[in-house]
Amino acid sequence: MSSVKTLVITGFGLNCEKETSAAFETAGSEVSRIHLNDLLETPEKLADFQILAFIGGFSFGDHLGAGTVFSNRVKYGLKQQLEEFINAGKLVIGICNGFQTITRMGIVPAIDGLFNQEVALQHNDSGVFRDSWVTLKVNEKSPCVFTKGMDLVPVPIRHGEGKFVPMNDEVLKQLEDGGYVAVRYADPVSGEQTSEFPLNPNGSANDIAGICDKSGRVFGLMPHPEAYLSPFNHPHWTHQKINGTLPKEGLGLKMFRNAVDFAKENLV
Amino acid sequence: MVYRLEMTPRAGVGQGTGKLIEQASQYFGFEIQSAAKSDVLTIKANISEDEISKISKEIVNPVLQDGIVGQIKERTFDWFIAIGFLPGVTDNVARSAREAVGDIVGRSLEEDEYIFSSREFFVTASSLSREDAEKVGRELLGNVLIESVNVLSYDEWKANGAPENLPLIEDETEPEVHLLSLEMSDEELETTSKEKTLALTLREMKIIQEYIRKASDDPKRKELGLEGKITDAELECLAQTWSEHCKHKIFDAIVNYTDENGNKEQITSLFKSYIKKSTEEISEEVDWLVSVFHDNAGVISFNDKYDLVYKAETHNSPSALDPYGGAMTGIVGVNRDPLGTGIGSELLINTWGYCLGSPFAEKSDVPEGLLHPRRIRDGVHSGVIDGGNQSGVPYGLGWEYFDKRYIGKPLVYCGTVGLLPRQIHGQSGADKSIIPGDFIVMTGGRIGKDGIHGATFSSEELHKDSPVQAVQIGDPITQKKMYDFVIEARDLGLYRFVTDNGAGGLSSSIGEMSTQCGGCHMDLSKAPVKYAGLQPWEILVSEAQERMSFAVQPEKMEEFAALAAQRDVEISNLGTFNDSGKFHITYEDKTVCYLDLEFMHDGLPRMEIPAKWDAPVHEEPEFDESDISDDLVELLESLNITSNEFKCRQYDHEVKGLSVVKPFVGVNSDVQTDATVFMPEALSTEGIILASGIAPGYSDIDTYHMMASVMDLAIRRTIAVGGKLGHIAGLDNFCWPDPVESEKTPDGQYKMAQLVRANKALYDYSKAFGVPLISGKDSMKNDSTKGGKKISIPPTVLYSTIAKMDNIEKSVTLSAKRAGDKVYVIGDTKSELGGSQFGLLKGAIGNSVPQVDADYAISIYNAVSTATEKELCHSVHTPALGGLAVAFAKVAIAGQLGLDVDLNKIPSDDLTAQEILFSESNTRFVVTIAEESAAEFEEIFEGLPCACVGRVTLDDELIFRQGQHIEAAVKLGKMSKSYKSTLDNV
Repeated sequence: MSSVKTLVITGFGLNCEKETSAAFETAGSEVSRIHLNDLLETPEKLADFQILAFIGGFSFGDHLGAGTVFSNRVKYGLKQQLEEFINAGKLVIGICNGFQTITRMGIVPAIDGLFNQEVALQHNDSGVFRDSWVTLKVNEKSPCVFTKGMDLVPVPIRHGEGKFVPMNDEVLKQLEDGGYVAVRYADPVSGEQTSEFPLNPNGSANDIAGICDKSGRVFGLMPHPEAYLSPFNHPHWTHQKINGTLPKEGLGLKMFRNAVDFAKENLV
Repeated sequence: MVYRLEMTPRAGVGQGTGKLIEQASQYFGFEIQSAAKSDVLTIKANISEDEISKISKEIVNPVLQDGIVGQIKERTFDWFIAIGFLPGVTDNVARSAREAVGDIVGRSLEEDEYIFSSREFFVTASSLSREDAEKVGRELLGNVLIESVNVLSYDEWKANGAPENLPLIEDETEPEVHLLSLEMSDEELETTSKEKTLALTLREMKIIQEYIRKASDDPKRKELGLEGKITDAELECLAQTWSEHCKHKIFDAIVNYTDENGNKEQITSLFKSYIKKSTEEISEEVDWLVSVFHDNAGVISFNDKYDLVYKAETHNSPSALDPYGGAMTGIVGVNRDPLGTGIGSELLINTWGYCLGSPFAEKSDVPEGLLHPRRIRDGVHSGVIDGGNQSGVPYGLGWEYFDKRYIGKPLVYCGTVGLLPRQIHGQSGADKSIIPGDFIVMTGGRIGKDGIHGATFSSEELHKDSPVQAVQIGDPITQKKMYDFVIEARDLGLYRFVTDNGAGGLSSSIGEMSTQCGGCHMDLSKAPVKYAGLQPWEILVSEAQERMSFAVQPEKMEEFAALAAQRDVEISNLGTFNDSGKFHITYEDKTVCYLDLEFMHDGLPRMEIPAKWDAPVHEEPEFDESDISDDLVELLESLNITSNEFKCRQYDHEVKGLSVVKPFVGVNSDVQTDATVFMPEALSTEGIILASGIAPGYSDIDTYHMMASVMDLAIRRTIAVGGKLGHIAGLDNFCWPDPVESEKTPDGQYKMAQLVRANKALYDYSKAFGVPLISGKDSMKNDSTKGGKKISIPPTVLYSTIAKMDNIEKSVTLSAKRAGDKVYVIGDTKSELGGSQFGLLKGAIGNSVPQVDADYAISIYNAVSTATEKELCHSVHTPALGGLAVAFAKVAIAGQLGLDVDLNKIPSDDLTAQEILFSESNTRFVVTIAEESAAEFEEIFEGLPCACVGRVTLDDELIFRQGQHIEAAVKLGKMSKSYKSTLDNV
């Protein structure tokens, strides 16, 4: 069996390429990091991969709104190949700026088909960028491939524009009813979703932190699972060590393992 | 065709103007009822109606915005305020828009097609006068150094619409080189220096005058038509090269020092005699120093794969004038130091620290012409936040220190740690060279008038005529693209030498690079400029940002250029390096500079500076008995101890996923750590420990002990998180008031003596601890005379350390972990309230400044390291400002557990409760230990001051007792609140 191949697109102010690569590599995938300009020269290369990652960072400085200029470039240079990629049942993840990019591009949630923007990530209610750890509660009703078998996941957020906003109430209802909501901000103690700051760090509608398309194979979220690969990333690991609750590996890694395992079974 | 694209928040989406309303009230007392905002793009391009509506559709976010080609006409408000950029200023939003528009129309825009961005505010505030609205525009929304501000009343706007924003440059000035005769009187020489912001003294001007006289014999100068004259560019170039900022004349001077007993000593160069000397001596004992002092940053080895690079800088003067822009270029500027070190290192971690006036200072305490400290603080934070976050570099250390003397000049420290491959292309990553014939190549941003005279203006005090164009404008994204390109080109071996373009611009970077091979010939007409009309001398000394200089071997030039083009990075080939001995600069066929490199770099004889130490004697305070609980609460609320988490959380500290001990720790992640630990790459076991120390309060008593204390502080913080002596390196960043005696500075001899004493301590303790200095910087003119009032900063040293940790799994944090654990205090507490925060609270300085006994400190450090190596400690914390009382409080708050401490058991002489709890004695630790580990722990400390002083409890309070008598008891909730409320949301 040939191995799973993941493409991490880089350039223009994106900056999470190393940790995202490490996440997929640790999960057992080969990883290629390709600058967007190089990819646009040979767009057919996209078909060589089973997983595509839109990573975190500040593409084009968030000018004109986070993800706007980058998603525009992808849409104008790679639309057909991306459509084929998604229709082939392959996996896409967008993290933070990548999530902003794929919502802007309209490949998630894609309720009404691809390349049609239905949701957005707005400035946090606090008005400022924030770096802190949050707890995600996985929606067990979601078909999301990446969050399968997970329940509560501690991960860091680092964003200024992360408030999840649907186009209208109808879209929100469809997201809820259709299982598009993959992860929500939750209270780590009760395990319940919460709108309370800072547990919900940005004021997202229905505490939504990440969504997928209806197949569960295109997934985007604001928090950074790739920043919790090592158990020593957790803010309370020195407490966990003494309490005997220190996990063997970072809990963010599971999302990447899920993706690579799915690709191994279904895509190679 | 000119189009206007207006984007405004959709109904139900916030306007994002809350901060404007809040700050208008806070800064000026203006009452604004509401404010709406539009983002505007003005596009002057050959674009059809169809194309513009497509552009509008793609750029407008349909969920968040309404967009219109043209102008939204139906609005109600009182004042319209439009903020655009001044001609020539980098417009980053417009640059990104250019990319998007190019993608949409399917072609890149031409040179004569333009896009400009602007912001429009629609303010409803019935009580605001036009003057008030102007003030809001000029001081709050815009920055008049770089932005245009247009204010219209509702009626004016209704009648004429919003003004068109097309800040085109129409400067047709031809590039010229002006020749100057220096055959003039001394007075005229001084005037020339002053008028041109050269910051050259009469002595220096006369040295240049003499050089030009001698150079008249040079037939080549005759041939070039320079006989008897100096060019404007040559004078500017020498002023940059010889500026205090670049040349460090004070640290290199001959100092005639007289101590308190009248003993005289002549010191030739503080830098060579103390800083460099200690490192050289230590380098004979250790094998991990790779490259020190000669490159942009110091390099130490880390493991078989990587070396570590570390550099810290200050960006004080620009931040005083333009806090946001000045601080942003501070951080993105220091990023280029590691990037330009060795063959180029990757950026790993940023650090920052600010010395500021109180954000709550009365307006009447701020001299006219200076910005209020709160505005400086807000701007400085935002600048470093945006610069660091957008560069994708996490911050590892951040601190603030407040004193009213920083109202005159804020200190803005920024540092960066880099990761350098140990070996690359068969040689050490720290090595680089230039061979005659290599091309001179510049990459990155274009050159403009921004940042002209940055180096010289920061080499003098801030005065009413300080030049505004000296402030540079940063663009983190341009730099990020360049950074990615540099690392890619490095790995492909496409260049031989790299350095950054910082202070002094090309004049400095190419000037220094030329010494590598002995000369250069560079044509400035090949340098990309932001707009026409720049004079050659301006191109030479401009400090426009985001630039690096390279020596590229001719056979690699094509590949280097092709990669740059593919990565959207602009490069220009400016000429060649040679071995002519000359710094030869032309503009097309005009000669701009023809200077001897030797004269540029070695032509300036050392200054001689007198220094006399008279130890100050302050009134010895008699502290009345006071309520310990109240004092502790007040200290927790005080600015130098209280949490600044609100600001800190706006800095990314997690990007790269390498953070192990984070800036804030504890069960609620809300207590500032002693030091941070990072992995160098994902999933590594080895780690890097960063710590620092600063204590300007002690300088009022004796800078020798101030320096010793900050060194002990940084080192013991390193030990506290699980580090050990043996692989720790130090960085010294001096910020001083002008220490050269003159009419303006009658107390110069004392300030110079303070500098000497700080350096003596730096030598003594670097040697004693075996911690070499690998890099440093000094900023020597931190005075202000604005508003007719001279304010000098207290002598301030930031001492930073970087250490290797073998196993991150043994890191320790300061929070109490488990009720029932034993609490230990290690190290003697002495009567050392001099210069303390407790003293400050009571309005006293005193004389008993904390001191350091290095041999004793080393035995304590080693014992603590043994304990953490054996994983015996549940928590370790080291007291700093505020002494043991604050330290216990932080351990308790972080763990959300109580502590019951018996003061009688704390190792000390016969001291009062105040002295025990608030003395800031060095070399102490507070440790919590599980009962079952206590015996083994105590064994390690046999013969050293170490005592079990109490227990961790489940009660939610911190109790200080003396035997049965309870001296003070403070609730956890109250302490948390005090520690966190002062700067919450500030």
